[in-house]
Amino acid sequence: MKLAIGFAVTALLVVGLIAVARSDEGSNLAKHTVGNEKSGYVYASPDTRAMQDDDFSNPGFLWIERGKTLWNTPYGAAGKSCATCHGAAATSMKGVGAKYPVFDAAQGKVIDIEQRINLERTTRMGAAPFPWESRDLLAMTAYVKLQSRGMPVAVTTSGPAKVFWLEGKRFYDTRRGQLDMSCEQCHVQNNNNKLRSNTLSQGQINGFPTYRLKWQSLGSVQRRFRGCNKKVRAEPLPYGSQEYVDLELYVASLGQGLPVETPAVRQ
Amino acid sequence: MPNPIQNVETRLRVPSTATKGEIIEIKTLISHPMYSGFTKDSAGKTIPRDIINTFAVTYNGRPVFKMTLQPAISANPFIAFSVVADQTGTFDFTWTDDNGAAYKDQAQITVS
Amino acid sequence: MMTETEFGPALYTRRKSIAVAGSGLLAALAVLMLPDAALAKTADVNKWLAQQLPGTPSPGKVTIDAPDIAENGNTVPITISVDSPMTEQNYVKTIIMAADGNPLPGVAIFELSPANGKASVDFRIRLAQTEKVTAVAQMSDGSLWTASRVIKVTIGGCGG
Repeated sequence: MKLAIGFAVTALLVVGLIAVARSDEGSNLAKHTVGNEKSGYVYASPDTRAMQDDDFSNPGFLWIERGKTLWNTPYGAAGKSCATCHGAAATSMKGVGAKYPVFDAAQGKVIDIEQRINLERTTRMGAAPFPWESRDLLAMTAYVKLQSRGMPVAVTTSGPAKVFWLEGKRFYDTRRGQLDMSCEQCHVQNNNNKLRSNTLSQGQINGFPTYRLKWQSLGSVQRRFRGCNKKVRAEPLPYGSQEYVDLELYVASLGQGLPVETPAVRQ
Repeated sequence: MPNPIQNVETRLRVPSTATKGEIIEIKTLISHPMYSGFTKDSAGKTIPRDIINTFAVTYNGRPVFKMTLQPAISANPFIAFSVVADQTGTFDFTWTDDNGAAYKDQAQITVS
Repeated sequence: MMTETEFGPALYTRRKSIAVAGSGLLAALAVLMLPDAALAKTADVNKWLAQQLPGTPSPGKVTIDAPDIAENGNTVPITISVDSPMTEQNYVKTIIMAADGNPLPGVAIFELSPANGKASVDFRIRLAQTEKVTAVAQMSDGSLWTASRVIKVTIGGCGG
Protein backbone atom coordinates (compact mmCIF):
# COMPACT_ATOMS: atom_id res chain seq x y z
CA MET A 1 0.00 0.00 0.00
CA LYS A 2 2.84 2.37 1.02
CA LEU A 3 4.69 1.41 -2.14
CA ALA A 4 1.69 2.27 -4.30
CA ILE A 5 1.37 5.68 -2.62
CA GLY A 6 5.12 6.18 -3.04
CA PHE A 7 4.87 5.49 -6.75
CA ALA A 8 1.84 7.73 -7.14
CA VAL A 9 3.56 10.63 -5.36
CA THR A 10 6.72 10.21 -7.42
CA ALA A 11 4.70 10.04 -10.62
CA LEU A 12 2.81 13.21 -9.70
CA LEU A 13 6.10 14.93 -8.84
CA VAL A 14 7.63 13.93 -12.17
CA VAL A 15 4.58 15.08 -14.10
CA GLY A 16 4.56 18.28 -12.07
CA LEU A 17 8.26 18.93 -12.70
CA ILE A 18 7.88 18.28 -16.41
CA ALA A 19 4.91 20.64 -16.47
CA VAL A 20 6.93 23.33 -14.71
CA ALA A 21 9.90 22.82 -17.04
CA ARG A 22 7.62 22.91 -20.06
CA SER A 23 5.84 26.00 -18.84
CA ASP A 24 9.22 27.65 -18.10
CA GLU A 25 10.26 26.88 -21.64
CA GLY A 26 6.79 27.87 -22.83
CA SER A 27 6.87 31.22 -21.08
CA ASN A 28 10.42 31.80 -22.34
CA LEU A 29 9.39 31.12 -25.93
CA ALA A 30 6.28 33.26 -25.42
CA LYS A 31 8.56 36.25 -24.87
CA HIS A 32 9.79 35.78 -28.44
CA THR A 33 6.32 35.47 -29.96
CA VAL A 34 3.78 38.17 -30.73
CA GLY A 35 0.47 36.90 -32.06
CA ASN A 36 1.40 34.78 -35.06
CA GLU A 37 4.86 36.33 -35.33
CA LYS A 38 7.66 34.05 -34.17
CA SER A 39 11.23 35.15 -33.73
CA GLY A 40 13.98 32.90 -35.10
CA TYR A 41 14.74 32.21 -31.42
CA VAL A 42 11.71 29.93 -31.28
CA TYR A 43 13.10 27.76 -34.10
CA ALA A 44 16.59 27.45 -32.64
CA SER A 45 17.78 24.44 -30.65
CA PRO A 46 17.99 24.71 -26.83
CA ASP A 47 21.81 24.82 -27.02
CA THR A 48 21.72 27.72 -29.46
CA ARG A 49 19.15 29.57 -27.36
CA ALA A 50 21.30 29.04 -24.28
CA MET A 51 24.22 30.60 -26.12
CA GLN A 52 22.12 33.68 -26.87
CA ASP A 53 20.62 33.97 -23.40
CA ASP A 54 23.97 34.25 -21.63
CA ASP A 55 25.74 37.50 -22.54
CA PHE A 56 29.04 35.86 -21.79
CA SER A 57 28.50 32.72 -23.86
CA ASN A 58 27.16 34.83 -26.72
CA PRO A 59 30.06 35.35 -29.17
CA GLY A 60 28.21 38.39 -30.56
CA PHE A 61 29.40 40.25 -27.49
CA LEU A 62 32.94 40.24 -28.85
CA TRP A 63 31.59 42.69 -31.45
CA ILE A 64 29.65 44.58 -28.78
CA GLU A 65 32.92 45.10 -26.87
CA ARG A 66 34.48 46.46 -30.02
CA GLY A 67 31.44 48.65 -30.70
CA LYS A 68 31.71 50.14 -27.23
CA THR A 69 35.36 50.98 -27.85
CA LEU A 70 34.57 52.51 -31.24
CA TRP A 71 31.73 54.58 -29.75
CA ASN A 72 34.32 56.29 -27.58
CA THR A 73 37.05 56.58 -30.22
CA PRO A 74 37.64 59.97 -31.85
CA TYR A 75 37.69 60.03 -35.63
CA GLY A 76 38.06 62.62 -38.34
CA ALA A 77 39.53 66.12 -38.50
CA ALA A 78 37.44 67.43 -35.57
CA GLY A 79 38.56 64.53 -33.38
CA LYS A 80 35.00 63.74 -32.32
CA SER A 81 33.74 60.37 -31.15
CA CYS A 82 30.11 59.24 -31.13
CA ALA A 83 30.16 59.93 -27.41
CA THR A 84 31.13 63.60 -27.98
CA CYS A 85 27.63 64.38 -29.33
CA HIS A 86 25.60 61.41 -28.15
CA GLY A 87 26.97 60.82 -24.68
CA ALA A 88 26.27 57.41 -23.23
CA ALA A 89 24.81 55.07 -25.85
CA ALA A 90 22.56 53.40 -23.29
CA THR A 91 20.67 56.67 -22.97
CA SER A 92 20.88 58.32 -26.36
CA MET A 93 20.45 55.18 -28.47
CA LYS A 94 17.68 53.61 -26.40
CA GLY A 95 14.83 52.70 -28.75
CA VAL A 96 16.66 53.95 -31.83
CA GLY A 97 17.56 50.55 -33.29
CA ALA A 98 13.97 49.35 -32.89
CA LYS A 99 12.74 51.97 -35.37
CA TYR A 100 15.15 51.32 -38.21
CA PRO A 101 15.07 51.39 -41.23
CA VAL A 102 13.61 54.92 -41.27
CA PHE A 103 12.83 57.52 -43.90
CA ASP A 104 15.49 60.22 -43.86
CA ALA A 105 14.26 63.53 -45.30
CA ALA A 106 17.75 64.81 -46.18
CA GLN A 107 18.54 61.61 -48.07
CA GLY A 108 15.05 61.44 -49.56
CA LYS A 109 14.88 57.69 -48.97
CA VAL A 110 14.68 55.01 -46.33
CA ILE A 111 18.04 54.21 -44.75
CA ASP A 112 19.23 51.51 -42.36
CA ILE A 113 21.39 51.78 -39.23
CA GLU A 114 24.59 51.03 -41.11
CA GLN A 115 23.91 53.89 -43.50
CA ARG A 116 23.02 56.19 -40.61
CA ILE A 117 26.29 55.38 -38.86
CA ASN A 118 28.28 56.12 -41.99
CA LEU A 119 26.32 59.32 -42.66
CA GLU A 120 27.16 60.54 -39.18
CA ARG A 121 30.80 59.68 -39.78
CA THR A 122 31.07 61.39 -43.14
CA THR A 123 28.86 64.44 -42.61
CA ARG A 124 29.38 65.21 -38.93
CA MET A 125 32.74 63.75 -38.04
CA GLY A 126 34.63 64.18 -41.29
CA ALA A 127 35.64 60.57 -41.01
CA ALA A 128 35.76 57.85 -43.66
CA PRO A 129 32.76 55.51 -43.77
CA PHE A 130 33.21 51.98 -42.46
CA PRO A 131 33.13 49.48 -45.36
CA TRP A 132 30.04 47.29 -45.65
CA GLU A 133 30.25 44.12 -43.57
CA SER A 134 33.51 45.25 -41.99
CA ARG A 135 34.19 44.25 -38.41
CA ASP A 136 33.90 47.87 -37.30
CA LEU A 137 30.58 48.55 -39.03
CA LEU A 138 29.14 45.31 -37.64
CA ALA A 139 30.41 46.21 -34.18
CA MET A 140 28.87 49.68 -34.25
CA THR A 141 25.57 48.50 -35.71
CA ALA A 142 25.27 45.76 -33.12
CA TYR A 143 26.23 48.13 -30.30
CA VAL A 144 23.59 50.66 -31.32
CA LYS A 145 20.92 48.01 -31.73
CA LEU A 146 21.83 46.41 -28.41
CA GLN A 147 20.54 49.56 -26.72
CA SER A 148 17.07 48.58 -27.95
CA ARG A 149 17.35 44.96 -26.86
CA GLY A 150 14.10 43.69 -25.40
CA MET A 151 12.12 46.60 -26.83
CA PRO A 152 9.50 45.88 -29.49
CA VAL A 153 10.40 46.38 -33.15
CA ALA A 154 8.59 49.62 -34.07
CA VAL A 155 9.15 50.53 -37.71
CA THR A 156 7.08 53.17 -39.53
CA THR A 157 5.59 51.98 -42.80
CA SER A 158 3.27 54.91 -43.52
CA GLY A 159 3.91 58.45 -44.71
CA PRO A 160 7.04 58.97 -46.82
CA ALA A 161 8.29 55.48 -45.87
CA LYS A 162 5.31 53.81 -47.51
CA VAL A 163 6.55 53.80 -51.10
CA PHE A 164 9.82 52.15 -49.96
CA TRP A 165 7.93 49.64 -47.84
CA LEU A 166 5.86 48.73 -50.91
CA GLU A 167 9.08 48.22 -52.89
CA GLY A 168 10.32 45.95 -50.14
CA LYS A 169 7.07 43.99 -50.25
CA ARG A 170 7.36 43.67 -54.01
CA PHE A 171 10.90 42.25 -53.69
CA TYR A 172 9.71 39.83 -50.99
CA ASP A 173 6.85 38.54 -53.12
CA THR A 174 8.80 38.29 -56.40
CA ARG A 175 10.18 34.95 -57.57
CA ARG A 176 13.83 35.10 -58.49
CA GLY A 177 16.83 32.98 -59.33
CA GLN A 178 17.21 29.72 -61.17
CA LEU A 179 15.08 28.09 -58.50
CA ASP A 180 12.48 30.76 -59.21
CA MET A 181 11.44 31.20 -55.61
CA SER A 182 10.34 34.18 -53.56
CA CYS A 183 10.95 34.94 -49.88
CA GLU A 184 7.21 34.68 -49.37
CA GLN A 185 7.04 31.08 -50.59
CA CYS A 186 9.37 29.72 -47.92
CA HIS A 187 8.85 32.12 -45.07
CA VAL A 188 5.11 32.76 -45.28
CA GLN A 189 3.56 29.87 -47.18
CA ASN A 190 5.90 27.20 -45.86
CA ASN A 191 7.14 28.33 -42.48
CA ASN A 192 7.10 25.46 -39.99
CA ASN A 193 7.50 22.98 -42.84
CA LYS A 194 10.75 21.10 -43.37
CA LEU A 195 13.40 21.92 -45.94
CA ARG A 196 15.64 18.84 -45.72
CA SER A 197 16.15 18.52 -41.96
CA ASN A 198 15.61 22.23 -41.30
CA THR A 199 12.35 23.69 -40.09
CA LEU A 200 11.69 26.83 -42.13
CA SER A 201 11.34 29.89 -39.94
CA GLN A 202 9.36 33.02 -40.68
CA GLY A 203 12.58 34.75 -41.68
CA GLN A 204 12.29 37.42 -38.98
CA ILE A 205 15.19 39.84 -38.62
CA ASN A 206 14.69 41.17 -35.09
CA GLY A 207 18.02 39.66 -34.01
CA PHE A 208 20.35 41.17 -36.57
CA PRO A 209 23.27 41.70 -36.64
CA THR A 210 23.32 38.03 -35.67
CA TYR A 211 26.04 35.56 -34.73
CA ARG A 212 25.37 32.69 -37.10
CA LEU A 213 27.03 29.44 -36.11
CA LYS A 214 27.50 28.66 -39.78
CA TRP A 215 29.30 31.96 -40.40
CA GLN A 216 31.24 31.64 -37.14
CA SER A 217 30.92 35.40 -37.11
CA LEU A 218 28.50 38.22 -36.48
CA GLY A 219 26.83 39.19 -39.75
CA SER A 220 24.37 41.76 -41.03
CA VAL A 221 20.85 41.32 -42.33
CA GLN A 222 22.08 42.20 -45.82
CA ARG A 223 24.62 39.40 -45.65
CA ARG A 224 21.71 37.11 -44.91
CA PHE A 225 19.65 38.52 -47.78
CA ARG A 226 22.59 37.97 -50.13
CA GLY A 227 22.92 34.41 -48.86
CA CYS A 228 19.24 33.68 -49.36
CA ASN A 229 19.41 35.10 -52.88
CA LYS A 230 22.45 32.94 -53.66
CA LYS A 231 20.65 29.85 -52.43
CA VAL A 232 17.84 30.26 -54.94
CA ARG A 233 20.61 30.80 -57.50
CA ALA A 234 19.85 34.46 -57.93
CA GLU A 235 22.59 37.03 -58.34
CA PRO A 236 22.97 38.70 -54.94
CA LEU A 237 22.72 42.49 -54.93
CA PRO A 238 25.61 44.59 -53.65
CA TYR A 239 25.60 45.63 -50.00
CA GLY A 240 23.76 48.89 -49.55
CA SER A 241 21.42 48.37 -52.51
CA GLN A 242 18.22 50.29 -52.01
CA GLU A 243 16.33 47.07 -52.75
CA TYR A 244 17.86 45.48 -49.65
CA VAL A 245 17.19 48.49 -47.47
CA ASP A 246 13.56 48.56 -48.63
CA LEU A 247 13.37 44.80 -48.08
CA GLU A 248 14.77 45.28 -44.58
CA LEU A 249 11.96 47.73 -43.81
CA TYR A 250 9.34 45.35 -45.13
CA VAL A 251 10.69 42.28 -43.31
CA ALA A 252 11.09 44.30 -40.10
CA SER A 253 7.42 45.25 -40.36
CA LEU A 254 6.50 41.55 -40.57
CA GLY A 255 8.03 41.26 -37.12
CA GLN A 256 6.52 44.44 -35.69
CA GLY A 257 6.32 44.03 -31.93
CA LEU A 258 8.85 41.20 -31.65
CA PRO A 259 11.61 42.01 -29.15
CA VAL A 260 14.90 43.28 -30.56
CA GLU A 261 17.34 40.44 -29.80
CA THR A 262 20.60 41.86 -31.16
CA PRO A 263 23.04 40.18 -31.01
CA ALA A 264 21.02 37.01 -31.61
CA VAL A 265 22.62 33.57 -32.02
CA ARG A 266 21.25 31.45 -34.83
CA GLN A 267 22.36 28.44 -36.83
CA MET B 1 56.04 38.05 -36.59
CA PRO B 2 54.19 37.75 -39.92
CA ASN B 3 50.61 38.97 -39.97
CA PRO B 4 49.23 38.46 -36.51
CA ILE B 5 45.47 39.07 -36.45
CA GLN B 6 45.06 42.68 -35.40
CA ASN B 7 42.72 44.09 -32.81
CA VAL B 8 41.69 40.87 -31.20
CA GLU B 9 38.96 41.11 -28.54
CA THR B 10 39.12 38.98 -25.42
CA ARG B 11 36.42 38.53 -22.82
CA LEU B 12 36.83 37.03 -19.37
CA ARG B 13 34.33 36.00 -16.74
CA VAL B 14 36.18 35.57 -13.46
CA PRO B 15 34.46 36.14 -10.12
CA SER B 16 35.96 39.20 -8.43
CA THR B 17 35.72 37.60 -5.00
CA ALA B 18 35.70 34.05 -3.58
CA THR B 19 36.10 32.24 -0.31
CA LYS B 20 39.32 30.33 0.23
CA GLY B 21 39.05 26.84 -1.23
CA GLU B 22 36.00 27.67 -3.35
CA ILE B 23 36.02 26.10 -6.81
CA ILE B 24 35.29 28.92 -9.26
CA GLU B 25 34.38 28.67 -12.91
CA ILE B 26 36.33 30.80 -15.37
CA LYS B 27 34.96 31.50 -18.84
CA THR B 28 36.93 32.99 -21.67
CA LEU B 29 36.25 34.11 -25.22
CA ILE B 30 38.57 35.47 -27.87
CA SER B 31 37.75 36.79 -31.35
CA HIS B 32 39.74 34.79 -33.89
CA PRO B 33 38.69 33.26 -37.24
CA MET B 34 40.59 30.01 -36.56
CA TYR B 35 41.31 29.32 -40.22
CA SER B 36 41.50 25.54 -40.27
CA GLY B 37 43.35 25.35 -43.59
CA PHE B 38 40.38 23.50 -45.08
CA THR B 39 38.27 26.50 -46.13
CA LYS B 40 38.41 28.52 -49.32
CA ASP B 41 38.03 32.21 -49.94
CA SER B 42 35.56 33.74 -52.40
CA ALA B 43 38.10 33.32 -55.21
CA GLY B 44 38.25 29.59 -54.53
CA LYS B 45 41.73 29.71 -53.09
CA THR B 46 42.42 27.67 -49.94
CA ILE B 47 42.94 29.91 -46.91
CA PRO B 48 46.09 28.71 -45.14
CA ARG B 49 45.81 27.43 -41.57
CA ASP B 50 46.00 30.23 -39.01
CA ILE B 51 44.69 29.31 -35.61
CA ILE B 52 45.22 29.94 -31.95
CA ASN B 53 47.05 26.79 -31.01
CA THR B 54 47.65 27.27 -27.28
CA PHE B 55 45.75 28.78 -24.35
CA ALA B 56 47.59 29.01 -21.03
CA VAL B 57 46.47 30.41 -17.69
CA THR B 58 48.55 31.24 -14.63
CA TYR B 59 47.34 32.19 -11.16
CA ASN B 60 49.84 34.43 -9.37
CA GLY B 61 52.42 33.07 -11.78
CA ARG B 62 51.56 29.41 -11.17
CA PRO B 63 50.28 27.49 -14.25
CA VAL B 64 46.72 26.31 -13.62
CA PHE B 65 45.36 25.43 -17.06
CA LYS B 66 46.63 24.71 -20.54
CA MET B 67 44.77 23.82 -23.72
CA THR B 68 46.25 22.83 -27.07
CA LEU B 69 43.79 23.77 -29.81
CA GLN B 70 43.56 21.97 -33.16
CA PRO B 71 41.85 23.31 -36.33
CA ALA B 72 38.65 21.53 -35.23
CA ILE B 73 38.09 24.19 -32.58
CA SER B 74 35.42 26.67 -33.72
CA ALA B 75 36.19 30.29 -34.52
CA ASN B 76 36.03 32.75 -31.62
CA PRO B 77 37.14 30.05 -29.16
CA PHE B 78 35.06 29.77 -26.01
CA ILE B 79 36.94 27.97 -23.24
CA ALA B 80 35.65 27.42 -19.70
CA PHE B 81 37.33 25.56 -16.84
CA SER B 82 37.51 25.47 -13.04
CA VAL B 83 40.11 26.67 -10.54
CA VAL B 84 40.39 26.43 -6.75
CA ALA B 85 40.47 30.01 -5.44
CA ASP B 86 43.11 29.87 -2.73
CA GLN B 87 44.81 33.28 -2.79
CA THR B 88 44.12 36.89 -3.69
CA GLY B 89 45.87 37.85 -6.87
CA THR B 90 45.92 37.80 -10.63
CA PHE B 91 44.93 35.39 -13.33
CA ASP B 92 46.99 35.83 -16.51
CA PHE B 93 45.59 34.49 -19.76
CA THR B 94 47.70 33.98 -22.88
CA TRP B 95 46.45 32.84 -26.27
CA THR B 96 49.21 32.04 -28.79
CA ASP B 97 48.61 31.70 -32.51
CA ASP B 98 50.41 29.91 -35.34
CA ASN B 99 52.45 33.04 -36.07
CA GLY B 100 53.76 33.11 -32.51
CA ALA B 101 51.67 36.18 -31.64
CA ALA B 102 50.53 36.15 -28.02
CA TYR B 103 47.25 37.78 -26.99
CA LYS B 104 46.96 38.51 -23.30
CA ASP B 105 44.37 39.45 -20.73
CA GLN B 106 44.21 39.58 -16.96
CA ALA B 107 41.70 39.41 -14.11
CA GLN B 108 41.95 40.08 -10.38
CA ILE B 109 40.41 38.08 -7.59
CA THR B 110 40.11 38.75 -3.87
CA VAL B 111 40.05 35.58 -1.81
CA SER B 112 39.04 35.73 1.86
CA MET C 1 4.11 -9.32 -72.59
CA MET C 2 5.79 -6.08 -71.60
CA THR C 3 6.21 -5.32 -67.91
CA GLU C 4 7.52 -2.08 -66.49
CA THR C 5 10.38 -2.25 -64.06
CA GLU C 6 12.49 0.52 -62.61
CA PHE C 7 15.07 -0.28 -65.29
CA GLY C 8 12.59 0.34 -68.03
CA PRO C 9 10.26 -2.03 -69.84
CA ALA C 10 11.40 -5.64 -69.37
CA LEU C 11 10.96 -7.81 -72.38
CA TYR C 12 12.68 -10.70 -70.70
CA THR C 13 12.45 -11.52 -67.03
CA ARG C 14 15.97 -12.95 -67.38
CA ARG C 15 17.34 -9.51 -68.24
CA LYS C 16 15.56 -8.13 -65.24
CA SER C 17 17.08 -10.74 -62.95
CA ILE C 18 20.56 -10.08 -64.40
CA ALA C 19 20.07 -6.36 -63.89
CA VAL C 20 18.95 -6.94 -60.33
CA ALA C 21 21.88 -9.26 -59.68
CA GLY C 22 24.24 -6.70 -61.21
CA SER C 23 22.98 -3.92 -59.01
CA GLY C 24 23.18 -6.29 -56.06
CA LEU C 25 26.84 -6.91 -56.85
CA LEU C 26 27.48 -3.20 -57.09
CA ALA C 27 25.70 -2.70 -53.80
CA ALA C 28 27.78 -5.43 -52.20
CA LEU C 29 30.96 -3.81 -53.52
CA ALA C 30 29.80 -0.48 -52.15
CA VAL C 31 29.20 -2.03 -48.75
CA LEU C 32 32.65 -3.60 -48.85
CA MET C 33 34.20 -0.25 -49.71
CA LEU C 34 32.41 1.95 -47.17
CA PRO C 35 33.53 0.25 -43.98
CA ASP C 36 37.15 0.53 -45.15
CA ALA C 37 36.81 4.29 -45.47
CA ALA C 38 35.14 4.46 -42.08
CA LEU C 39 37.78 2.16 -40.57
CA ALA C 40 40.54 4.43 -41.88
CA LYS C 41 39.08 7.33 -39.89
CA THR C 42 38.76 5.22 -36.74
CA ALA C 43 42.35 4.08 -37.22
CA ASP C 44 43.46 7.74 -37.51
CA VAL C 45 41.64 8.56 -34.29
CA ASN C 46 43.15 5.63 -32.43
CA LYS C 47 46.60 6.50 -33.74
CA TRP C 48 46.29 10.13 -32.64
CA LEU C 49 44.91 9.19 -29.21
CA ALA C 50 47.72 6.67 -28.69
CA GLN C 51 50.31 9.24 -29.77
CA GLN C 52 49.12 11.63 -27.06
CA LEU C 53 48.41 9.04 -24.37
CA PRO C 54 49.91 5.59 -25.06
CA GLY C 55 47.99 2.67 -23.58
CA THR C 56 44.56 1.10 -23.65
CA PRO C 57 41.89 3.19 -21.95
CA SER C 58 39.04 1.61 -20.00
CA PRO C 59 35.50 2.88 -20.51
CA GLY C 60 34.28 4.98 -17.60
CA LYS C 61 34.77 8.09 -15.47
CA VAL C 62 34.56 10.37 -18.53
CA THR C 63 31.34 12.09 -19.61
CA ILE C 64 30.86 13.97 -22.86
CA ASP C 65 27.98 16.46 -22.85
CA ALA C 66 26.94 17.47 -26.34
CA PRO C 67 23.76 17.97 -28.34
CA ASP C 68 22.45 14.79 -30.01
CA ILE C 69 21.89 16.83 -33.14
CA ALA C 70 24.15 19.81 -33.74
CA GLU C 71 22.32 22.96 -34.82
CA ASN C 72 25.29 23.61 -37.11
CA GLY C 73 28.45 21.58 -37.56
CA ASN C 74 30.62 24.69 -37.41
CA THR C 75 29.98 25.41 -33.76
CA VAL C 76 29.08 22.46 -31.51
CA PRO C 77 29.20 23.07 -27.73
CA ILE C 78 30.98 20.30 -25.81
CA THR C 79 31.56 19.70 -22.10
CA ILE C 80 33.95 16.97 -21.00
CA SER C 81 33.90 16.08 -17.32
CA VAL C 82 35.88 13.40 -15.52
CA ASP C 83 34.89 11.85 -12.22
CA SER C 84 37.86 12.61 -9.94
CA PRO C 85 38.42 14.16 -6.49
CA MET C 86 41.24 16.29 -7.98
CA THR C 87 43.40 15.90 -4.88
CA GLU C 88 47.19 15.61 -4.87
CA GLN C 89 46.77 11.84 -4.49
CA ASN C 90 44.20 11.42 -7.21
CA TYR C 91 43.64 13.87 -10.05
CA VAL C 92 43.19 14.15 -13.80
CA LYS C 93 46.39 15.11 -15.62
CA THR C 94 45.33 15.21 -19.21
CA ILE C 95 42.13 15.09 -21.23
CA ILE C 96 42.24 14.68 -25.00
CA MET C 97 39.51 14.58 -27.63
CA ALA C 98 39.40 13.27 -31.22
CA ALA C 99 36.71 13.04 -33.91
CA ASP C 100 36.45 10.32 -36.55
CA GLY C 101 34.80 12.19 -39.40
CA ASN C 102 36.93 15.33 -39.64
CA PRO C 103 39.83 15.92 -42.04
CA LEU C 104 42.16 15.66 -39.01
CA PRO C 105 41.43 13.43 -36.01
CA GLY C 106 42.77 15.60 -33.18
CA VAL C 107 40.47 18.16 -31.56
CA ALA C 108 41.97 19.32 -28.25
CA ILE C 109 44.37 18.53 -25.42
CA PHE C 110 43.84 19.81 -21.88
CA GLU C 111 46.39 19.79 -19.06
CA LEU C 112 44.96 19.87 -15.56
CA SER C 113 46.12 19.56 -11.94
CA PRO C 114 44.67 19.61 -8.42
CA ALA C 115 44.59 23.41 -8.81
CA ASN C 116 41.50 22.98 -10.96
CA GLY C 117 39.34 21.46 -8.24
CA LYS C 118 37.04 19.98 -10.85
CA ALA C 119 37.93 18.12 -14.04
CA SER C 120 35.47 19.80 -16.37
CA VAL C 121 36.09 21.76 -19.57
CA ASP C 122 33.70 23.55 -21.96
CA PHE C 123 34.57 24.42 -25.51
CA ARG C 124 33.11 24.56 -29.04
CA ILE C 125 34.16 22.36 -31.93
CA ARG C 126 33.70 21.89 -35.67
CA LEU C 127 32.27 18.66 -36.99
CA ALA C 128 32.38 18.05 -40.73
CA GLN C 129 29.58 15.45 -40.63
CA THR C 130 27.75 13.10 -38.30
CA GLU C 131 30.59 11.46 -36.44
CA LYS C 132 31.84 9.99 -33.21
CA VAL C 133 33.87 12.07 -30.79
CA THR C 134 36.09 10.26 -28.29
CA ALA C 135 37.62 11.63 -25.10
CA VAL C 136 40.44 9.99 -23.15
CA ALA C 137 41.54 11.08 -19.66
CA GLN C 138 44.85 10.23 -18.01
CA MET C 139 44.86 10.09 -14.22
CA SER C 140 47.75 10.87 -11.91
CA ASP C 141 48.23 7.13 -11.34
CA GLY C 142 48.74 6.69 -15.08
CA SER C 143 45.41 4.93 -15.71
CA LEU C 144 43.46 5.87 -18.85
CA TRP C 145 39.69 6.24 -19.11
CA THR C 146 37.49 6.92 -22.11
CA ALA C 147 34.02 7.75 -23.42
CA SER C 148 32.60 8.29 -26.91
CA ARG C 149 29.54 9.88 -28.34
CA VAL C 150 27.98 10.21 -31.78
CA ILE C 151 26.83 13.69 -32.70
CA LYS C 152 24.51 14.08 -35.66
CA VAL C 153 25.27 16.89 -38.07
CA THR C 154 22.66 17.69 -40.67
CA ILE C 155 22.82 19.63 -43.90
CA GLY C 156 21.03 22.91 -43.43
CA GLY C 157 17.84 23.35 -45.39
CA CYS C 158 18.98 26.18 -47.54
CA GLY C 159 22.10 27.45 -45.76
CA GLY C 160 22.92 30.84 -47.11
